[in-house]
Amino acid sequence: MEKLFQAANTSGSISGPPSAREYFNDRLFRSIALTSAFLIIVLVAYILWEIGREAMPAIGEYGLGFVTGTTWNVSKGEFGVLPEIWGTLYSSLLALLIGGVFGIAIAIFLTQDFINHRLATVFRTVIEMLAAIPSVVFGLWGIYVLIPLLKPGAEWLHDSLGWFPLFGTNLSGPGMAPAALVLAIMILPTVAAISVDAFRRIPYKVKEAAYGMGTTRWEAILKVMLPTASSGVLAALVLGFGRALGETMALAMLIGNANQISLSLFSPANTLASLLASNFPEAGRIEVQALMYAALVLLAITFLVNVAGLAVQQYTIRKFEGKK
Amino acid sequence: MKYKTSLASALAAAVAALGLLAGGQPAISATAEATELVVRGAGATFPQPLYQRWMQEYAKVDTGVRFSYEGVGSGSGVKRFLEGSVDFGASDAAMSDSELAKVDPKRGVEMIPMTAGMVVLAYNIPGVPEGLRLSRALYADILAGKVGFWDDARIQESNPDLTLPHLAIVTVVRRDSSGTTYVITNHLARIDPDWETSGPGIGKRVDWPGSAMEVQGNEGVARRVQITDGAIGYMAYEFAKQLDLPIATLQNKAGNFVEPGPLTGQAALASAEEIPENLRVYLPDPAGADAYPIVSYTWLLLDGRYPDPAKAEALKAALGWGLDEGQTIAAEMGYIPLPDRMIGKAKEALGRIR
Repeated sequence: MEKLFQAANTSGSISGPPSAREYFNDRLFRSIALTSAFLIIVLVAYILWEIGREAMPAIGEYGLGFVTGTTWNVSKGEFGVLPEIWGTLYSSLLALLIGGVFGIAIAIFLTQDFINHRLATVFRTVIEMLAAIPSVVFGLWGIYVLIPLLKPGAEWLHDSLGWFPLFGTNLSGPGMAPAALVLAIMILPTVAAISVDAFRRIPYKVKEAAYGMGTTRWEAILKVMLPTASSGVLAALVLGFGRALGETMALAMLIGNANQISLSLFSPANTLASLLASNFPEAGRIEVQALMYAALVLLAITFLVNVAGLAVQQYTIRKFEGKK
Repeated sequence: MKYKTSLASALAAAVAALGLLAGGQPAISATAEATELVVRGAGATFPQPLYQRWMQEYAKVDTGVRFSYEGVGSGSGVKRFLEGSVDFGASDAAMSDSELAKVDPKRGVEMIPMTAGMVVLAYNIPGVPEGLRLSRALYADILAGKVGFWDDARIQESNPDLTLPHLAIVTVVRRDSSGTTYVITNHLARIDPDWETSGPGIGKRVDWPGSAMEVQGNEGVARRVQITDGAIGYMAYEFAKQLDLPIATLQNKAGNFVEPGPLTGQAALASAEEIPENLRVYLPDPAGADAYPIVSYTWLLLDGRYPDPAKAEALKAALGWGLDEGQTIAAEMGYIPLPDRMIGKAKEALGRIR
């Protein structure tokens, strides 16, 4: 310790002007950072341009009918992705609902002094490990474990509440419910980890102040901590939703791959990402164009979700955190 | 134990599917020590188990050549053959005239039927382990999505002995370009006048009703039927046997209810009258009293002239073996051995390859 101090002191440069080398390093670092940032934008633009170029003939030919059409018939050249758009949004929203509630609950549990700090770290690591499980494994787990588990409950719901659109059909095997549940588990680590960080960022004095004003623990959590962390929590939800929109393999295995639009939680459906993954290897020239168009639709949905998420985030920052 | 193996094979299937998605080539190849000559093929999944078995057996006969076969579906088989990216293609639907026109005249093409198979309707109805009988009109309507539940009055009528549950019918069909789909839609169009005009139509990929589950490959259909209550799907006989799925008994042209099997299959093949020069024979609705209604030959697509004479010789020797010894193996595995006159014609075609 002492040695270091002496070395620093004797070098004499502590108050001197920056050397030429330091100038150079600074410039170099700036230019690397700038290039990297610029490259990301170029890369996104290039991908968009490439997909758009491939999709152009399909966009010209099918136009908006592509988004509202419901059949995908290669031999007749009819392409429509409304069932897939519906399936993508429906499964992702369900997953966000389930995964979001659990993710935020976990974050509150881990950060608001419910358990010992060390134990919380262990919990957090375990949850983050969920993110490392390959999605094929989730798919297989869904097929062999989750679906048989869900069947009796689904049957009961359908039998006794069949008039309610959400339970309008029976769960015969793969379908929306197992897909959404697995998706919820897959986005859980994202939502939980980022929410935990959001809660950790709140200065401790905020909580002390709340308690000082005589709030109960739950009042402090729900009326002070949660609104204060809301922008971070929202960011977590938006990221989780984005992940759910793009998830492919597990969904292709679990959602049932049927091109229909149904409110029922137990019917098979399809998503854009699994349509892309499963049709690409076989596709001819015209189908590839249609698939590229479908990819653009998926990108557009993701983009809109991100923009909407940002807007809500700005709003909450202004409302709850008092910043501009 | 059964659970374990099915999990393991599902994992293997999923890994193979991943490889496909990533554009990889999950080739199944027979192993041989001396691997000088490699002959690559791709196509139909329908005869894939047989071809794999043939490659294993043939590796013992001739160790100097290694064959590989990728089950990518008939549509891709024809596509890759036309591109010249494989040495031979395989398809359950023989090449159409427009496809034949695309063949490079310098290469030429010979279509050789190697075996024939039955397309069966396998089902998964809890409480009905066997014995489902479906009349001609009924199974066409089921696949067209016109019958909603298993306890439908018409199904009950054909099956007075069965107690059928009130369970939604889920049809499982092929999403990829498939010769099996071609074979069954070609048959259904014969028995249902609406099939081609207002129904799904005939082809390797058709417009199935929206509620149908669309999956990849014969194996995919079999697995999906296995895990889905109330499911019914079409696949090659061999795949239903492998997973022990119950198979529906179908009504044939003569009005009899027939189970798939070696005898009913051969009866169906025997009903073909003439074999044309290009060996393209379809049996959309065989007439015999005991004939199983949905059968098809499955073809290998070979170049008329190979640039490498060694390759041509190796292929000719191996396929000649397939047409002789191979037929016994085919019968063991649930495929239909070729009728003698077809074997004669196939060997003639094989002889023309140089």
